[in-house]
Amino acid sequence: MTARPLQSGPGSRILDTLVLAALAVLVWQGLYEYAGDSAITSPLMTLDYAAALLRTADFWGHAHATLVAFAYSLAISIALGISLGLVLGLQRFAGDVAEPIFVALYTIPKVTLYPLILLIFGLGVSAKVAFGVIHGVIPIILFTLNAVKNISPVLLRVSRVLRLTTWQTVTTVLAPAVMPELITGVRVGFSLTMLGVLIGEMFASQRGLGFLIINGISLNNVRMTTAVILIVVVFAIAANSLLLALDRRMHRG
Amino acid sequence: MSRKAAIVVTRIAVIVAAIAALEILCRVKLISPLTLIPPSQMVAVLWELLVSGKITDDIVQTFSTVALAFLLSVAAGFALGALIHALPRVRRALDPLLASYYAIPFFVFYPLLIALFGLNKIPLVVIGLVFATAAMVIATLNGLDRVPRVMQKTARVMRLSGARAVLAITLPSAAPYLFTGLKLALAYAFIGVIAGEFILSGGGLGFSIAYAYNNFDSQTMYALMLFVLLVVTVVNGVLHVIEQRMLARRAGR
Repeated sequence: MTARPLQSGPGSRILDTLVLAALAVLVWQGLYEYAGDSAITSPLMTLDYAAALLRTADFWGHAHATLVAFAYSLAISIALGISLGLVLGLQRFAGDVAEPIFVALYTIPKVTLYPLILLIFGLGVSAKVAFGVIHGVIPIILFTLNAVKNISPVLLRVSRVLRLTTWQTVTTVLAPAVMPELITGVRVGFSLTMLGVLIGEMFASQRGLGFLIINGISLNNVRMTTAVILIVVVFAIAANSLLLALDRRMHRG
Repeated sequence: MSRKAAIVVTRIAVIVAAIAALEILCRVKLISPLTLIPPSQMVAVLWELLVSGKITDDIVQTFSTVALAFLLSVAAGFALGALIHALPRVRRALDPLLASYYAIPFFVFYPLLIALFGLNKIPLVVIGLVFATAAMVIATLNGLDRVPRVMQKTARVMRLSGARAVLAITLPSAAPYLFTGLKLALAYAFIGVIAGEFILSGGGLGFSIAYAYNNFDSQTMYALMLFVLLVVTVVNGVLHVIEQRMLARRAGR
């Protein structure tokens, strides 16, 4: 879902990003001037508090809880998503039957399913992991499925003509052909898995960054909420930028 | 039976079999009634709730919030998209933002929005709006990019005025992409509003589901979950069919 990239030098791109970041800070400062201390802290104060927060053991306890749940969900989403996507992509008929069902599942507000997950898994890490997986696995399935389905038949015919073994076909033809789309799928899955884990923590949990955010509001600790949001958003953008760079290199190469 | 029909029949069979399996597992108590109630019972309870009028207020509240967020996001997304399309330099600068927009877990901002605007409808509309607008912006840019050069030249040759060229050439050419934007914006508005209600709010369907969960009222909870999922699936399904028709008609020309 990216806009068509235009040609630009690396220098001007960095400048653009800096201008965007500056604009975001300006809007933030504006919100602060408008709403005041009781609702949001200013960018400078937040940075200050976030830096202090990053030095406390308590914060890292919560961050650890979130990261562990996130790592499990991402690993399961990727393994399950790619294997299901491969099977459904290779079995044309099963793929055509299943694809619209997954597309429909992709657009429903999955948050309504959270009570069901809680009843099955109980409060704790496994519920968060399961909730992250139901968010992250579907885009990975869909991207993998379409990547396999859209492999040009010419490539497969060439590999037969060259009498490649199955293993050679997989490693030299299939894997490179589906890799770019797979990376895109993992990138989207990464973001949605994180969203799932955080929503899970915000709704019913006593640990994790999502809990810190919602707890800050309940306790009127706006500094905490704003600082944790900043840390989460910076982490999300940084991780996505890395994956996006990899993604773009793959699609170009 | 044609392949297409076979696919549709198989798809329906898969869904029916899944629901039947769930029904049987619940009836023979392999799945505890505390975890999940049989689908038939969900329908029965839902019907009762709908007839009794108990959930009418929640339905009105949720759908009016979604509608407001959807309409605002479509208007804002289209206007912004058209504006950005007209200014290539701005577009180049915004490219990284649009590319990583959905990587940001926007729900972490929701508690902050409550602090800013209070516990009312505004944070819900804003979270839906923030979530949905980018999809419409991206779809608008895609649509405007794909207006065929030939048509634009024809408009100039025929000396159409600006407004007439937009009405006769630009909008019809971009229509399928704009429609995709509408579809995504609606799905995102639903997800944003219901997730917001679910996490923290004073009313609406998402709130009622969370409320029923906290009171161990699994009958009401599952009936409401079913209602939300049914409505969203039906609406998305109808829009998907219209979209496919539009694209097919375009391909046929």
